[in-house]
Amino acid sequence: MTETPRCPDPDGADAPQQRSGSAVQLFGVRLLVLLTLLAGVNYVAWRWLASLNWDAWWIAVPLVAAETYSLIDVLLFGMTVWRLKSRTTPAPAPADATVDVFITTYNEPLELVMTTALAAQKIRHPHSTWILDDGDRPALRQLAAASGLGYVTRSAEWSGMPRHAKAGNLNNALMQTEGEFLLILDADQIPEPDILDKTLGYFNNRKVALVQTPQYFSNVPADDPLGSQAPLFYGPIQQGKDGWNAAFFCGSNAILRREALMQLGLSGYVKETEKSIRRALSASRAAIRKARKASTGESLLIQHTLDEVEAATEEARRRLDAGDSLSEITYRARRRVDQAVQALVLADVSALQADLKEIAAMAPVEVGDAGVPVVTDDAVQRMAARDWSPLGAIESVQAVLDALSVERTDEAQPVMPLATISVTEDMATSMRMHAMGWQSVYHHEVLAYGLAPEDIGTMLTQRLRWAQGTIQVFLRENPLLQRGLKLGQRLMYFATMWTYLSGFAAVVYFAAPIIYLLFGILPVTSLSADFFLRFIPFMVVNQLLFAVAGRGIPTWRGQQYSLALFPTWIKACTTAARNVWFGHPLGFAVTPKDRQSGGPRWGLIRPQIAVSVVLFIASVVGIGRLVAGMSEPIGTLVNVFWVVFDLIVMSILVRAVLYRGYSAGGSGDDPDTSNETSTERALRGPEL
Amino acid sequence: MDLSYEVKDSYAEITAAGRLNMVSAPKLREMVAEVVASGSARIVINLEATGFMDSSGLGALIGCLKAARQAGGDLRIAAVQPQVQMVLGLTSMDKVLTSYPSAAEAFGDD
Repeated sequence: MTETPRCPDPDGADAPQQRSGSAVQLFGVRLLVLLTLLAGVNYVAWRWLASLNWDAWWIAVPLVAAETYSLIDVLLFGMTVWRLKSRTTPAPAPADATVDVFITTYNEPLELVMTTALAAQKIRHPHSTWILDDGDRPALRQLAAASGLGYVTRSAEWSGMPRHAKAGNLNNALMQTEGEFLLILDADQIPEPDILDKTLGYFNNRKVALVQTPQYFSNVPADDPLGSQAPLFYGPIQQGKDGWNAAFFCGSNAILRREALMQLGLSGYVKETEKSIRRALSASRAAIRKARKASTGESLLIQHTLDEVEAATEEARRRLDAGDSLSEITYRARRRVDQAVQALVLADVSALQADLKEIAAMAPVEVGDAGVPVVTDDAVQRMAARDWSPLGAIESVQAVLDALSVERTDEAQPVMPLATISVTEDMATSMRMHAMGWQSVYHHEVLAYGLAPEDIGTMLTQRLRWAQGTIQVFLRENPLLQRGLKLGQRLMYFATMWTYLSGFAAVVYFAAPIIYLLFGILPVTSLSADFFLRFIPFMVVNQLLFAVAGRGIPTWRGQQYSLALFPTWIKACTTAARNVWFGHPLGFAVTPKDRQSGGPRWGLIRPQIAVSVVLFIASVVGIGRLVAGMSEPIGTLVNVFWVVFDLIVMSILVRAVLYRGYSAGGSGDDPDTSNETSTERALRGPEL
Repeated sequence: MDLSYEVKDSYAEITAAGRLNMVSAPKLREMVAEVVASGSARIVINLEATGFMDSSGLGALIGCLKAARQAGGDLRIAAVQPQVQMVLGLTSMDKVLTSYPSAAEAFGDD
């Protein structure tokens, strides 16, 4: 294998580095994947077929379902690392590649934004640096101007339109800049000067649309109490996805090809426009029928207008079926209705005398020769115009006509390159790119250093958002059903989404030992040798797989949080489902920018405290039952073992609640040095 | 890219010669805004001398179409060359925009 580049390591920090994977390692990984598959299927099939205690089906079935969930989870991980890709140094960056560096900010401290922006300015490859300030702060504008940095805020079109958070911020900036490539940085991600030199070369392959580099946090102590670093995700998982051409966009520290983004925006525009026109046409008949009913007895003018609208929509429908272009169809429909309305208004001017007083306020009325007010041509035009036309009175019909347009009037910009279907616009965007046939690259070398949350409240809010966003994408654009994606790519996206369902399995895993220890009810028929002979090999190869695929990176913290944050994962699933299916708002609080002052916030982990207390009580009761001869030793031992494991896993939350923020000295308990550094950070939840 | 415009009887014709790409797209948008502001919302973009267009160029056309429509007019394209036709097909933008054979014919029936 060729030597891969190593990342600069100024502080001697334990940043992930490019390690050259070896054929031997890959062989070991694949062998362990196969063994996991065999041992896992052997265990779970036996559980389904031969071990279920049907007398206690209400816990037996959920438990075996949870175990099946976990088997699928580990097999998806196995599939991911099966193609672990260790890339070699790409060709040098093409000297003439034009690049815009975007620094996205909303409410982060100005000093933090400027530190990142000035570091971005020093990136060696020629580029323009832009601060994308969604907070529209005059002070930041001045600072940017003083340092010769570009400064972008939303254009006038955005007022009163859906803003789409960061995706909207980026989409707005795309229309105001012109670089061939875009380096996206969150406000706290300080880039290395060579970030572009090391990544632009990948774009020599004209199909590459995205190069993602790791997100690494410089304000995290070695023991990482909040589980901020994501060594498994920004490591074997992204490298494995890369092997399937499914490495995905994580919102920051990534370089994108403008052409690919614009192509996404265009095809999205065409799709949305066609959909909205079809919807309008299929709603038009009912709307006109309804309007006719409501207007019986009304003026002839309205009746005739409705006739014309009906004729226009019928014609539009015919043209659409005949394959005419959408701009032509909508133009003709609009024009036909407008002309008809104008003609009718003109012919029916007398009926409008009643309105003259109101119109007089707009001064279009002249006193005619005979001293009688007459309506001028201009006024007829105004009345025929949309807001004054007789159609204005019929909302349902007006809505149909409004939707018969190619202007995408419900959005600030017709073309929205970054997906707006989710609060995690990044994942949705790269999935659409892959579906269009573009390729992505994961470059495993830290080239930007960011700041992680320093308190549990901010951390929880951030994890919730990520989980919600991922579930939104899952429900809106299920990767298993997306046309254009290869099977491997579908499963790679699905794998990430699958991990976010772990909260439900966790509840069952907690419930099973509690139920046994309190009531002696075992979900399996017996804890015989059969059970251990199948279960232990599965657990062992499973753990070995993580160890070998991870090459010694610390994964325990990630495993702890994946289980311990079960209330967050469940809340994410339920709120995202309500959002997608019933249009409820996601209802998350805005991530607090600064660390909360005051004492430890135990209230944030109330469900976990409750579960831990119940687990503890159950153990005491279980041991008491054993002593009293009410239960058998093996069952008690196994379940007490699980309780101890669960409590060790959840103990990390105690440290998280007590964590007082990062201090470079390492003591980690000086809140004053770091209370401005907590920003919203991108992090993939249970997969870490 | 060379951009120029001429106001005709019933429409304004914008001639775009060269490459309509991410660099020239904002300039086209500016020119259309200028033409619309001067009172001509019926616009034909003559693409006879446009040898290359990318997705940013197409995006600009959509932005211009919106501007023209909102001013009560329309924007049409004429004399599309093979590469541009291919890009229109690739992004299925040909479903939205009709390409007319020549600028004179673009508003011919209207």
